Amino acid sequence: MMKQTPLYQAHLDANGKMVDFGGWEMPLNYGSQLEEHNQVRHDVGMFDVSHMSVVDFKGAEAKQFLRVLIANDVDKLKTKGKALYSCMLNEAGGVIDDLIVYYQNDTDYRMVINAGTTEKDIAWINAQAQGFDVCVEPKFDLAMIAVQGPNAREKVYQAIPGTEEICGELKPFNAASLGGLFIARTGYTGEDGFEIMLPSSSAEFTWKMLLEAGVKPCGLGARDTLRLEAGMSLYGSEMNEAVSPLEAALTWTLDLSDKSRAFVGRDALEILQQKGTNKTIVGLVLEGKGVIRDHQKVMTNLGEGEVTSGSFSPTMGKAIALASVPKGSEGICEIEMRHKMVSAKIVKPPFVRNGKILV
Amino acid sequence: MSDIRDDRQYTKSHEWILDNGDGTYTMGITDHAQALLGDMVFVELPSEGDETSTEDEFCVVESVKAASGVYAPADLEVVEANEALDAEPELVNTSCYDKGWLVKFKSEGINDLMDATTYSETLD
Repeated sequence: MMKQTPLYQAHLDANGKMVDFGGWEMPLNYGSQLEEHNQVRHDVGMFDVSHMSVVDFKGAEAKQFLRVLIANDVDKLKTKGKALYSCMLNEAGGVIDDLIVYYQNDTDYRMVINAGTTEKDIAWINAQAQGFDVCVEPKFDLAMIAVQGPNAREKVYQAIPGTEEICGELKPFNAASLGGLFIARTGYTGEDGFEIMLPSSSAEFTWKMLLEAGVKPCGLGARDTLRLEAGMSLYGSEMNEAVSPLEAALTWTLDLSDKSRAFVGRDALEILQQKGTNKTIVGLVLEGKGVIRDHQKVMTNLGEGEVTSGSFSPTMGKAIALASVPKGSEGICEIEMRHKMVSAKIVKPPFVRNGKILV
Repeated sequence: MSDIRDDRQYTKSHEWILDNGDGTYTMGITDHAQALLGDMVFVELPSEGDETSTEDEFCVVESVKAASGVYAPADLEVVEANEALDAEPELVNTSCYDKGWLVKFKSEGINDLMDATTYSETLD
């Protein structure tokens, strides 16, 4: 039996094409993935991301604990609602999950983790929390709706009374609370917008209000091409437990500045850093026709690599990909696509942000 | 529900074949197939005069989601490929039985085709 979000019926009502997404019955699209993609780039769309999990951390040592648990440093969070992207590492420096943590105060944080990793994440977090004065509280009674696109904020203000007063001045990567709503100016599309966490019981009502304000439902298919254009990593594709952030172009998420902060995986990372890593993630743009797919072989000027996320960029009208290749690879590479070699240009992601093509 | 036309025949691999009555056939993919594949972004077609043996992959339709080979239903010679698909691959989605046809070919006969009713039963 697949799991369903509180918006399951709303997806059926909107003709969602439901698929098994890591054990969750989720909408892949509601007719056309391309239209939904373009809708978000040019106007506004909404995604049900209730399959992702919210975990609250409360207690006198919440801050001390998170400074050990994750590789970015929550000490840099000083204002209420401020968000931080981080990886959570194992002892070997591999990535257990990537996540966002929101600051409320030194004894109260909220974390959003991936759906597919929820079970192992919570087991890991609980094991690490031994000996800390912190309460780890998964909030499985919350739903999450991402409203994304250049007109997202305006539509949310229109659809949900009171949000403009609370969120009108909200800067990117910050969140605010309104009653039971937790509204973050974050996303996974490369466009402006909000991710709204709310009680499951009010998800359907809120979704309907957004629909009535003209926000179109968009499926996980569009979510994936949008995040790929935005050059954002997907857990399980660009990184996993055998890949460190150093090899996944996520070094910027590691905070090694406080020498005394002994976070999990730090020792392994520092050894890796000294030895030097030979892989990184780059962007690829196909020169000819066709679509790049996950796991296709790549030959760069420095050797062999592999496509980690390949698809078609609706905004560029070309196939694009993220690929794990030898560090320093540049120029043109060859991709083995359906029994033939095709040329692609190596670029630095993102490909598209805020509606503009950047490569 | 999938749209299935009575005026043509079908393969197990979800292609339709229309007998033009002059020794040539027109071929495309069915409504069921296009719906499964989703938004088409690229169609790779053979050239006029290409000869292909039964079950060889001779076209590739690529959607955002997946690439899918289209296999020759018989030994055949391509007489025309639908060049409109170069600029508008989405015709395969919006008009799979008309403007979104893939190839016209000559063949001495095709075995193992299904009529519309039989094909529709395979989709249940």
